[in-house]
Amino acid sequence: MINIQEVIETNKMIEQENLDVRTITLGISLLDCADTNLDELNKKIYNKITTVAKDLVSTGKAIEREYGVPIVNKRISVTPIALVGASACKTPEDYVTIAKTLDEAAKTVGVNFIGGYSALVSKGMTTSDLNLIHSIPEALATTERVCSSVNVGSTKTGIDMDAVKLLGEIILKAAEYTKERDSLGCAKLVVFCNAPDDNPFMAGAFHGITEGDAIINVGVSGPGVVKKALESVRGADFGTLCETIKTTAFKITRVGQLVAQEASRRLNVPFGIIDLSLAPTPAVGDSVAEIFQEMGLEHAGAPGTTAALALLNDQVKKGGVMASSYVGGLSGAFIPVSEDQGMINAVQAGALTLEKLEAMTCVCSVGLDMIAIPGDTSAATISGIIADEMAIGMINQKTTAVRLIPVIGKKIGEIVEFGGLLGYAPVMPVNSFSCEAFINRGGRIPAPIHSFKN
Amino acid sequence: MKKTIITVVGKDSVGIIAKVCTYLAENQVNILDISQTIVQGYFNMMMIVDANETPKNFEELATELEKIGEEIGVIIKAQHEDIFNKMHRL
Repeated sequence: MINIQEVIETNKMIEQENLDVRTITLGISLLDCADTNLDELNKKIYNKITTVAKDLVSTGKAIEREYGVPIVNKRISVTPIALVGASACKTPEDYVTIAKTLDEAAKTVGVNFIGGYSALVSKGMTTSDLNLIHSIPEALATTERVCSSVNVGSTKTGIDMDAVKLLGEIILKAAEYTKERDSLGCAKLVVFCNAPDDNPFMAGAFHGITEGDAIINVGVSGPGVVKKALESVRGADFGTLCETIKTTAFKITRVGQLVAQEASRRLNVPFGIIDLSLAPTPAVGDSVAEIFQEMGLEHAGAPGTTAALALLNDQVKKGGVMASSYVGGLSGAFIPVSEDQGMINAVQAGALTLEKLEAMTCVCSVGLDMIAIPGDTSAATISGIIADEMAIGMINQKTTAVRLIPVIGKKIGEIVEFGGLLGYAPVMPVNSFSCEAFINRGGRIPAPIHSFKN
Repeated sequence: MKKTIITVVGKDSVGIIAKVCTYLAENQVNILDISQTIVQGYFNMMMIVDANETPKNFEELATELEKIGEEIGVIIKAQHEDIFNKMHRL
């Protein structure tokens, strides 16, 4: 029998501690839309998305209402477009028409983002991949809801350094194309190593080719709830600290599991995975950095931060795997700068640098995320930062990602406003020594020795 | 049978329970259990109800209860019981 204390606890988590389900993402395969005629292809894509996803938003809202838990985003991910468009798109411009179709479809069904304007090039690039990558700046500048990602490396294949080099240039171009909006285009573009096929979080979401026709993936959140729980064990030892995070993660994940099952049943689409993540928002009290502070660090970035993040990430997973049988995606704590008030404060206080963030990504799920850098950063430097982050993912057999925003016209310390969930960020300094000759080599970095686990 | 949990939170005053119960009775919602505590100076009431006979859909029921709450200065929420069961039971 349900007791009143439990009901009060749950509702307090939702109302005061920002417990929410961050996203329901409907993955849709577009492989069956392939056509040699571009108009026909666009028509098929639009029809498939608007048919499969027509009830997504209303179902999400009904679930939200009936259980009293907010579901912040309803989103769609599709098959990497470089595969879908290969037979019809002969130029980057052809690909832009698909981006516009995706945007239209997203508007029609009412989702705020659609992911999958992507290419998977961890070993090499086809003509189609190249065309898609070259079309990214324009696609992101002329659409509102389309998100793009490129997987440039994996533990099994190594890193495609030609793609890394190219993406440094593409990111700068995307920044240039959207310079009147603080280079917002780059906030919708992620570079991956070991990208998972079932990640529900934007901007890196796509519907992997290992997936079925349609699938429901859910991303949970709740850094505020974890922080609140830790307040009650202030000063206690690490055993107690870990136990508290674990129990809280369990509860958060169960809510996600409930929402996922319910959405799957009502939409008649199979349930895929729960992504066990602590995803912050710019709202006060919904911050991963504040969890570090509650653990005893003055700011995110202080010595001890990497250990704190490693512990947090591990306990979230330990608590979460018990709560759901299908766990996947990125699963871990997100440490974006602009989307987390505590991280923004840490940068402004001078406690957090790009190098410390890179070290932190060795022990968490994502990578260098939503970091504003000066607009005059060179393409080679951006490629260098990407290469470092991809290497961390490749060697450690984990997913890593880079979402850097070189803000055209802005200098170190200036504030950039992205608005909404994307938040705001101070422009961070970048190591200014050149890596140009390194990046210009081109070719591939071979897969590491642990790719031979056969 | 899906049960619904109704929670009422706010400053205590005369007639809160009467008002809520009257509404439920008028809409064929059967009350199965009521418990109530005062937490941090706040009136907290939880009802477990069976809303299967009501002619209204969940959305209407929840919205109308919210409205009653606004009239008498408390927050009234209706939620399916699953969220609590899932969260607190293995």
